[in-house]
Amino acid sequence: MPEPTTLSYLVVAALLFVMGTVGVMVRRNPLIMFMCIELMLNAVNLSFVALARELTDINGQSIVFFVLVVAAAEVVVGLGIIVAIMRNRSSLSADDMAELAG
Amino acid sequence: MTWRSWRARHMTNLVWLVPFLPLVGGLMLIVVGSRIGEPRAGWLATVMTAASFAVTVAVYFDLLGTPAEERSHVVTLFQWIPVGALQVDFALLADPLSITMALFVTGIGSLIHLYAIGYMHGDPKFAKFFLYLNLFVFSMLILVLGENLLVTFLGWEGVGACSYFLISFWHTRNSAAVAGKKAFVTNRIGDWGVMTAMFVAFSAVGSVSYKAINESALEGTISQTAISAIAVLLFVGACGKSAQLPLYFWLPDAMEGPTPVSALIHAATMVTAGVFLMTRVGPVLTSSYGWVPDTIAIVGAATALFAASIAVAQHDIKRVLAYSTVSQLGFMFLAIGSGAYVAAIFHMITHAFFKALLFLGSGSVIHGMHHEQDMRKMGALRVAMPVTAFTFIIGWLAIAGVPPFAGFWSKDEILLYVYADNRLLYFVGMVTALLTAYYMTRQVIMVFFGEARWNDAATEHGAHGDFRPHESPKVMLVPLVVLAALSVVGGAMQLPFSKDLHFLGHWLEPVVEDAERSIKGTWAYDNKYVLLFAAIVVAITGILLSVAVYAKRRLPTIEPKILENAWLYDATVARLVGGPGAGVFQAVTNFDAKVVDGAVNGAGAVARGLGTQVRRSQSGFVRAYAVIISLGTVVVLAWFVWRGWLA
Amino acid sequence: MELIVFVLASAMMLIGAFGVITRRNPVHAALSLVLTLFGVAVHFVALEAYFLAAVQIIVYAGAIVVLFLFVIMLLGVDKAEDLQTEPLVAQRWLAGIAGLGLLGLLVIAVSRGVEMLTTRAEGLATSAEGASGDANIQQLARSVFGDYVVAFELTSILLVVAVVGTVMLARRRVPGEA
Repeated sequence: MPEPTTLSYLVVAALLFVMGTVGVMVRRNPLIMFMCIELMLNAVNLSFVALARELTDINGQSIVFFVLVVAAAEVVVGLGIIVAIMRNRSSLSADDMAELAG
Repeated sequence: MTWRSWRARHMTNLVWLVPFLPLVGGLMLIVVGSRIGEPRAGWLATVMTAASFAVTVAVYFDLLGTPAEERSHVVTLFQWIPVGALQVDFALLADPLSITMALFVTGIGSLIHLYAIGYMHGDPKFAKFFLYLNLFVFSMLILVLGENLLVTFLGWEGVGACSYFLISFWHTRNSAAVAGKKAFVTNRIGDWGVMTAMFVAFSAVGSVSYKAINESALEGTISQTAISAIAVLLFVGACGKSAQLPLYFWLPDAMEGPTPVSALIHAATMVTAGVFLMTRVGPVLTSSYGWVPDTIAIVGAATALFAASIAVAQHDIKRVLAYSTVSQLGFMFLAIGSGAYVAAIFHMITHAFFKALLFLGSGSVIHGMHHEQDMRKMGALRVAMPVTAFTFIIGWLAIAGVPPFAGFWSKDEILLYVYADNRLLYFVGMVTALLTAYYMTRQVIMVFFGEARWNDAATEHGAHGDFRPHESPKVMLVPLVVLAALSVVGGAMQLPFSKDLHFLGHWLEPVVEDAERSIKGTWAYDNKYVLLFAAIVVAITGILLSVAVYAKRRLPTIEPKILENAWLYDATVARLVGGPGAGVFQAVTNFDAKVVDGAVNGAGAVARGLGTQVRRSQSGFVRAYAVIISLGTVVVLAWFVWRGWLA
Repeated sequence: MELIVFVLASAMMLIGAFGVITRRNPVHAALSLVLTLFGVAVHFVALEAYFLAAVQIIVYAGAIVVLFLFVIMLLGVDKAEDLQTEPLVAQRWLAGIAGLGLLGLLVIAVSRGVEMLTTRAEGLATSAEGASGDANIQQLARSVFGDYVVAFELTSILLVVAVVGTVMLARRRVPGEA
């Protein structure tokens, strides 16, 4: 049986990444947009780990470690911002937060 | 190094004092002029100019002490414009030509300053007058001592500005203000010529220094077209400044200024700047196409004749002299066009003597006649103003060309060279000499001889009861006497009888040797005594004719109205400039406003319009931004993949 | 065997992702996200990154998704999005083009690049090589606390800053206080 090669992992990761990107563009709920960003980060983590095995280099996994930590911090701050903004609004849509128009 | 050459270098290094002293005088008068008042302001100005004269004399003697080949010293004061290829220093050139000019500018300038102390007595703006006079002397000295075209141009513009100030000195009088403006604007046309010549010189030679330009012209390192362009453009400038035919009409109106101004600026110094400039670039003139000196000669001769014809019918005592100045300047340009640079300078010097004398004398007459200037209301003044009359008569004899007075020798020298060049122009010159003698005699007779016509004019001038013209104060008479003496002996500079007597010629040789024409071997040279005699005959004929018309009343007076109106030249120019001229100016202004400004503003409007369009992409919708980012990423990635940089 | 694991884990991952981007109810989307994260964790195990797999479950699925759910509850569960309409013009079309383009290019780039990969470092410590079961953690720890200790300290500071900042941000303003 053919084994999954590094290429297959990378392709799968790419697919996940693209789905995350499309999700950010299509969904209006800010929380779901955030989740799509998490998808993208996960895709990247997967790529790193796959390549770490391919190159037999532990540095790939170290990077994923740090990405994980920073992603957590980012989620905390992002959700805090969303809570702060949404406190005074009734609708939960990114399109309504358009005050920074030029 | 001998002590002599050390001293020469030392003294000549102080040549910067020559323009500096009048500048200091002017600046002091700006600060304390109105406080020290009359007459101390006048004495201050005079002392400064006289001190400048003393320094010039010292430099002159030092130059005399050095051998002829070394008589050209450049004293660099500071580096003026160091911009890439354009390296211009503020440098003064002390060589025979510039020191000659400086000598008579400061010498005659001092005399006129002295005279003005008496003439401007009682004027409320006394100190200001001397301030302007000193600034003028400073500018003129910068002009003649300049080592390159740019320094000369600085002085050129300076004398133009001071001329404007001084012509419209009594600016509450409308005619004076208008005359000042006219002089300045007309000069500006000439200035354009000088500026463009500088641009051409820089682009062709790479420098605006006289040495570089003249050497390039002689060696032929630049094209003859460029040389001719420089020559023609500088001549245009000279026409403006020296009142030659197309641009002369400012000079008669400039008589609105006080008489010392007319004497200094419009007779002896500023108007000679054009002649000086032509002599400075003599090698350029001779290396250009043949028609360039010919044109200069023709313009000079035409101007001389034209102006002399007008002077015959003028009634104002100063206007006669003004047209006479234009005419004599025409003679100088005729000389230059014929290659007689030494003769032109000679005539310039003698003309400075007798024309200044005549103007100062007329000023004395005006002063004594309580500011009456119409000659028809004068007469028999030799009794009331003997010294003025005596000196004026000497001036008259000098300008008419009667030997042994100075004017005869210089005019004869010019005519000698003109004969060798072009017989027709010689004929024109002779006719002009005849007219000169004629109108000057007319002036002398009308003013100093005949019956006294001023009694009828007494009541017109609000004279108190018994109107009697009086002689001027001593401070005005001393300069007259000095100038008269110079007009008598001035010819000794360059007597034609033998080579050894050509003092001026030898002195100026290092400067003009590359440009001066040699007439050895021509018919004129071999028969110069014949021409000499012919000149004397012409002068005497003119005088006798005038005596017959005005004194003896044997012949009728011919003073046609058209000559009095200066061949309607002024009116024509006014009509041209006011009519179609104004149309052209308006068109140029519109072009500037619409096209030039429009282009600049249009660029701004385009930027603004573009910005407004681009701004629409800032919708505020985060998802739209996300789309744009993604599309951008796709494009960049596609580029990289296509280029093969990722694999 | 490995192939089956691969296929199953990838299916989990991609179905979960699809759920995230298409479910109307945000709680359903969060649960789909958990499915994706589990799929990724399985992949990590298959790729011999054991520690990271554990951390992925604990931190991502355990903490981050829970945080998401808290906020969803806070802001109203019943606010389901209307996925039929799209207010921005051509948004979906452009999103589709961008997505397809990106996918195509990434696959091309990756497939071309994979041939150039060469072994670089001394190798991953795995239990298959006879080292102890903690070999992966030890090697990772040696890397993080050795080569990257400064970055490690900085990330801890980052965490503190993030927490403090968020508390400040999300605080309700008490009247009488700036």
